[in-house]
Amino acid sequence: MLSIKNLFATIDGKEILKGIDLKVQPGEVHAIMGPNGSGKSTLASVLVGRDLVKVTKGEVTYKGVDLLKLSPEERSLAGIFLGFQYPIEIPGVSMVNFMKTAVNEHRKTKGLDPLSAGDFLKMMRERKNLVEIDSALTNRSVNEGFSGGEKKKNEIFQMAMLEPELSILDETDSGLDIDALKIVANGVNRLKTSKNATIVITHYQRLLDYIIPDKVHVLYNGKIVKSGGKELALELEEKGYEWIKKEIN
Amino acid sequence: MKELSIHREEKFDFAHLFNYSEKINGNISPYLKDVRLAAADSFSKTGFPGKEDEKYEYLSVESLFEFNYNYRFIPEIIHFNIKHVFNCDIPTLKTHMIFLLNGFYYGGAQQLSELPGGIIYGSMMKAMEDKPDIFRQYFSRSTEMGNDGLVNLNTALARDGFFIYVPDNTVLDKPIQVVNLILTNKELMIQPRNLVILGENAHIKLVICDHALSKKKSFTNSVTETFVGQNSRYDFTLIQNEHNDSSHINYHFINQEKGSRVDTNSISLHGGIIRNNHYVKLNGKGSENYSNGLYLTDKDQTIDNFIFVDHAFSNCRSEQLYKGVLDDRANGTFSGRILVRRDAQLTEAFQRNNNILLTEEARMNTKPQLEIYADDVKCSHGATVGQIDEEAMFYLQSRGISEKNARLMMMYGFAHEVINRIHIDALKDGIAELVYKRLRGELAKCDNCAIISS
Amino acid sequence: MEKDQEKILNEVTQGDYKYGFYTDIETEAIPKGLNEDVIRTISKKKNEPDFLLDFRLKAYNHWKKMRMPEWAHLKIPKIDYQDIIYYAAPKQNPKLKSLDEVDPELKKTFDKLGIPLDEQKILTGVAVDAVMDSVSVKTTFKEALAELGIIFCSFSEAVQKHPDLIKKYMGTVVPYSDNYFAALNSAVFSDGSFCYIPKGIRCPMELSTYFRINAANTGQFERTLIVAEEGSYVSYLEGCTAPQRDENQLHAAIVEIIAEANAEVKYSTVQNWYPGDKDGKGGIFNFVTKRGICKGDYSKISWTQVETGSAITWKYPGCILKGNNSVGEFYSVAVTNNFQQADTGTKMIHIGRNTKSTVVSKGISAGRSNNSYRGLVKIMKNAKNARNFSQCDSLLLGDKCGAHTFPYIEVVNPDAIIEHEATTSKIGEDQIFYCNQRGISTEDAIGLIVNGYAKEVFNKLPMEFAVEAQKLLQITLEGSVG
Repeated sequence: MLSIKNLFATIDGKEILKGIDLKVQPGEVHAIMGPNGSGKSTLASVLVGRDLVKVTKGEVTYKGVDLLKLSPEERSLAGIFLGFQYPIEIPGVSMVNFMKTAVNEHRKTKGLDPLSAGDFLKMMRERKNLVEIDSALTNRSVNEGFSGGEKKKNEIFQMAMLEPELSILDETDSGLDIDALKIVANGVNRLKTSKNATIVITHYQRLLDYIIPDKVHVLYNGKIVKSGGKELALELEEKGYEWIKKEIN
Repeated sequence: MKELSIHREEKFDFAHLFNYSEKINGNISPYLKDVRLAAADSFSKTGFPGKEDEKYEYLSVESLFEFNYNYRFIPEIIHFNIKHVFNCDIPTLKTHMIFLLNGFYYGGAQQLSELPGGIIYGSMMKAMEDKPDIFRQYFSRSTEMGNDGLVNLNTALARDGFFIYVPDNTVLDKPIQVVNLILTNKELMIQPRNLVILGENAHIKLVICDHALSKKKSFTNSVTETFVGQNSRYDFTLIQNEHNDSSHINYHFINQEKGSRVDTNSISLHGGIIRNNHYVKLNGKGSENYSNGLYLTDKDQTIDNFIFVDHAFSNCRSEQLYKGVLDDRANGTFSGRILVRRDAQLTEAFQRNNNILLTEEARMNTKPQLEIYADDVKCSHGATVGQIDEEAMFYLQSRGISEKNARLMMMYGFAHEVINRIHIDALKDGIAELVYKRLRGELAKCDNCAIISS
Repeated sequence: MEKDQEKILNEVTQGDYKYGFYTDIETEAIPKGLNEDVIRTISKKKNEPDFLLDFRLKAYNHWKKMRMPEWAHLKIPKIDYQDIIYYAAPKQNPKLKSLDEVDPELKKTFDKLGIPLDEQKILTGVAVDAVMDSVSVKTTFKEALAELGIIFCSFSEAVQKHPDLIKKYMGTVVPYSDNYFAALNSAVFSDGSFCYIPKGIRCPMELSTYFRINAANTGQFERTLIVAEEGSYVSYLEGCTAPQRDENQLHAAIVEIIAEANAEVKYSTVQNWYPGDKDGKGGIFNFVTKRGICKGDYSKISWTQVETGSAITWKYPGCILKGNNSVGEFYSVAVTNNFQQADTGTKMIHIGRNTKSTVVSKGISAGRSNNSYRGLVKIMKNAKNARNFSQCDSLLLGDKCGAHTFPYIEVVNPDAIIEHEATTSKIGEDQIFYCNQRGISTEDAIGLIVNGYAKEVFNKLPMEFAVEAQKLLQITLEGSVG
């Protein structure tokens, strides 16, 4: 589904990613872990097409297409979803209008008619229940005045609405208390099928107690330095990132 | 009235106009006569405000007068059915409607209507004749009026407009809607003069729609005085939807007594040159004023909003929120001045002006100003000029929304904060729809003008 | 710092204008009045080259056609320009070889002001040009600086020794036609400071000019010109005081700064001209034009000012951001008390790409004073990605003063991001109560709070100046609360 080969990328001329290789198949959950500044979020940015990250070398194919040539919205329409680490507040733009536009753009790509207002609201209600998001939140402007936890839940809610094939969750656990963390993880698990894949980017092992990964990768200094099964996350938790650093040097 | 039925049009020439105007004055009250003479005298001395007047720093008034307009002293008789010409943009809005055609009350003879509770509304010309006492008390009594050449010009020459009188303790169910139509086959200058008086504990809503139905060049110099009595509420919405060849200078003087609250929303959608002069005098303890504005401009349009809020008494509160989007070669100005006088302790005054420039050629000048002489106050102002937030654009796009739609959504979101402050729901929804259309470029001029298509 | 704090508190307990003394020193002055002859006399006395006399005469002829500006939020009494002495100089041996030759009275004067002219006694790391009644009396550390190729001397000396540099740069940032007071200064200026930092040199010490008005009925018209060549750096300080007099005295100065590519100039002012007495009698009228041009790419000019003095202040230090990626900054604290009036702010003109400017203005009004911020931010057509952030706060102490904010923002470029914020407030009673409860008197509490409020600007000042500024603030506000 997703194949990253020898990917190099820079931000403001500074090299952040230094040769990433990664393959993701449908139905898989991958966890990417690593210390601060190792390039985790940069990798996510490359995948969704943020223009402040410049790819200098390497290739990314998604379902056989050169992903790097697509605009951010084309990637979304192709089924890629990013749960933002810092979701953006957009005053004045209502959640309903925002989601309705997005959902209908997705339907259009699939050759489906736009949803009627009634069907759309019904869909919103269902998906809200799925991710246990407070229904009042969707009556407000996008992320405006949301607490940290509410913003993260709102990301999962949008994921539920857009039904992506590849979801990238960038530090979705940061700033969440344990109850919110469970809600977010449950939401992700409920949306999991054999056809879609998830990349969970996280600093801590904590989230992986609730979202069980098939593969764990350790990103350090712009490279994947170690890959393994879910037990690698536990080992990391126990020994800390110093262990990896020592092992490499 | 007989001798006034001469059909006469004049090129703009003040002395000539004024002499002619005096000749056909009819049975005008001595007070009104004095006021007009004084204004004429003052205008003869000062002329139009020039560039040296800081209030008009970014707008050349003189150049507006370089064109020879036709000027009328009595209403022109145009035979048409107004219902065929004008379709309201907001048909769901139920109102008591008045039409002004080229600055004159339209509907047969100039007349006044009465609503339950003793509310009188209708032609200004008729009110001048019928209500000399009210005129002596209120007409041309707003402070700051005498300093402006254009206001004096209007005072000296204006003959008609709309008049609304609301007695004490009267609450009006439906809004009053005044539709200002410009329909002419000649280049026209018009000077409507309006007066709105609310007694104590009264509440009305007023909606003004400025429409230019014909493509001819026009210049409007309108003056509205509003007096809001103790503990009264006044909701005012102005929708400006003219065309690229129209120039509109608009003065609104709002005088508020103790405990009153006034909300105004000025929505500028179309107009070659629009200048709104918005004067608020908080003339009694505990009064509140909320002035909001939204301007969406493109092509070579000019929008110039001038606001002056005078906190003359203590415990008053004022807020101004003006937001605008400038496209193509549009030219925008915002000057807002809050004056807090020495005794106006415990004042709260906030002012904000946010602008989005979409092109290299658009320009914006903004001057939010505070002048404060009392110490126990909370005042702030802020102004920004910038672009659509790229972070937010990316967020929208990452959800599959096209760049064009994302941009539209962002602009609409930007405008929404102002629209949201309109208190009449049907009007709020209608304006939201109009703004959305305008932003999509679908609100072509004369959309609803049947006469052009017929 | 502990000790400084203590000193400050001690200083605060006594509080009138402490620089109000007058030195009885022999002065050479020309008669009152202004005409072409006066200008020729000044030029002749200073043995100036022809180009300078030409410049003066052009400026004078232009000035005669101009009118005093009236747009500021100031009530300016009528100034009789024929009732001013345009040239006064302490009489002394024209050529000083060593400090011993400086008139001992003069030395004493500057000692009293805390500006010793004796290099041994001077605060290390500060070179001083002392200007009294328009004439530079002594520049310290000149030789040490000369070794680096830095020129730091009086303007008159620069005219004699470096006429080419003066000719090249004078009037390029502030043309004589710029405004009424700039024209007047250009016609009659008597002296000032000149500073030239050659390519790649970081000036190792703070350069400082100390202005003192001493003689009665004189106007002070000095010019400062600072040229920072490519990649150089200099921090420049300016201080000023005047005797206490019943009549008003005029001060109309010009400061021009040129920063070439990658150069940085920091200009700090602690303005403490005599503000007049409690009833508004006397005091300096301070009409100053200060402007810098960031000529080269990546250059930076930073203005920091603490304005406590003068009866009337009219000044808008500005930056023309011509070089790409150049930076302009303006940090200001303006305090007015009694009957003082200040109309001050900045002009940031963005011309080059990626130019940035920051404006932080803190106004404090007390007594019956009026304090206005007036600032222009202008983004020109080619200034792609220009950024400005302005923050203008006003604090009112008492209910008879005024605090006003008049920003002007003009934008002709869609890539610009301009933000202006302003607030007006008073000191919270709960804040004062909190201090009172901890045993701090209300007056001291206000001092503390006001200093905290102005801290952002003080932090931009060189250390010694920051301490001085803090003291001044407290002295100025003394007795402002009843």
